[in-house]
Order: sequence, then C-alpha cells, then structure tokens
Amino acid sequence: MVKGLDEMMRVQVEALRLRSYRQEVLAANLANADTPNYKAVDFDFGTALRDATDVRPGARPGTAQGPQLLYRTPAQLALDGNSVEADAERAKMADNAVRYEASLRVLTAKIKTMLSAIQG
Amino acid sequence: MSLFNIFAISSSAMAAQSTRLNTVASNIANADSTPVPGGQVYRSKQVVFQATALGAADGPAGVEVASIVESSTPPRSIFNPGHPQADGEGYVQMPNVNVVEEMVNMMSAARSYQTNVEIMNTAKTMLLKTLTLGQ
Repeated sequence: MVKGLDEMMRVQVEALRLRSYRQEVLAANLANADTPNYKAVDFDFGTALRDATDVRPGARPGTAQGPQLLYRTPAQLALDGNSVEADAERAKMADNAVRYEASLRVLTAKIKTMLSAIQG
Repeated sequence: MSLFNIFAISSSAMAAQSTRLNTVASNIANADSTPVPGGQVYRSKQVVFQATALGAADGPAGVEVASIVESSTPPRSIFNPGHPQADGEGYVQMPNVNVVEEMVNMMSAARSYQTNVEIMNTAKTMLLKTLTLGQ
C-alpha cells in the first residue's frame, strides 16, 4: 500500500540526487586531472542512499548534508602527487550516467502508474 | 549539489587548459628567439594549476591557474660567432624552451580540454533527459 506520493517516489528522488552529486564529484576529478597534488575523491553510493532513505524513527532522511567524500586509492600515483586516473574516472562517469537515467525511467514509470490509477 | 555545477567545474578546467595551451603556443613560437640587444633571453613559461572550491570547501573542486612561472633552467648557449648577438666568445643565448616537452604539454592540454567538453555534453544530456521526466 502506498502511503503517499512523496513516500512512493522517495527512493528514486534520493537516488537521482545522489547520482547527480556523484556525477559532479567525478567531473571535478577529471577537471583536476592535471592539478599537482590533487587527490581523487568519491563516495559509496549504496551507503549514501541507505543513509538518505533511513526510515527508522528519529532518523532524518534526505538532510541537506551531502555524503562523506573519501579519497580514492589509485593503482598508480603520478609523480606530481595527483591520484586521478582519467580512464577509470571516465568509466565510472559513464556507469553513473546510465544509472541516473535508469532511476529517471523508474521514476517516470511510477508516475505513469499513479496517473493511470488516478485517471482510470 | 546539482548537475548545473558540472558546467562550472568543466568550464573552469577548460579555461585553465586553454591558458596552458596559450603558454605552449608562446613557448614554441619563441623557441628560437634571440633577445633584443641588451634585453633578456626568452624563458619558457609554465602554468601552475590549483584546485579551487566552487561551493562548499570540501565539496567538488574546479581548477584555476594559480600562477604562470618562468622555467629556471639555464638558457641554451649556441656557438655561432657570425650571429649579431654573439658574445665575446662567439656564443648566443637561446631560450630554454624544450620543444619536445612543449609538444607533449600541448597534446595533454588538448586531450584534457576534450575530456571536459565531453563531460559537459554528458551533463547536458542528463539534464535534458531530466526535463522529460514523467512524459
């Protein structure tokens, strides 16, 4: 049973929010691919989504505070201290963009489901 | 925290990379310039990139050119006594530009620029798809 429209869409909405933030983080890594001493960062999407959609009493889901950014462990560190691996970042970005779109489609499907329930 | 920030991040990187490309152009153009009489010999210029926070201090960062420094490697001394700017011993001071290094710099800058253009395109596609949500 669906409690409300907000409730029904919340997981997808949070997922979209986190996916777009992750895209931003990956874009920043690639933008700094030539910056000396820059360390590539990322966050664990699963943990972040679990935290954002925590429904236990007292938990405040989806608070404005973003997920904790962690440093990536590079396979090979560049001589200038930069830890961005452009190919790996690019692959993660493509993956993230596809998953973003998947969330969008699921959300669209949910909206259509509700519309058909409303309109009959 | 929005896809629009990607435009700011990528464009900062594109601006930084084009500055780098500019210095490469300047260095290669002046690779064989001798100094004007009484002047200093051209020194190769190098950009120094630095990450710069665009929003929250610990959030995703853009890039900026912190400074453009002149390379401190000594100028090349070429033995060419017939040159009008040769010193008493017949040596001419030539710029310390390493053309091979500059070509590598150019390729790296061009590739990075290209990557950032592609990231912007990806972000644009994602935003446009978001606009069709529910349709």
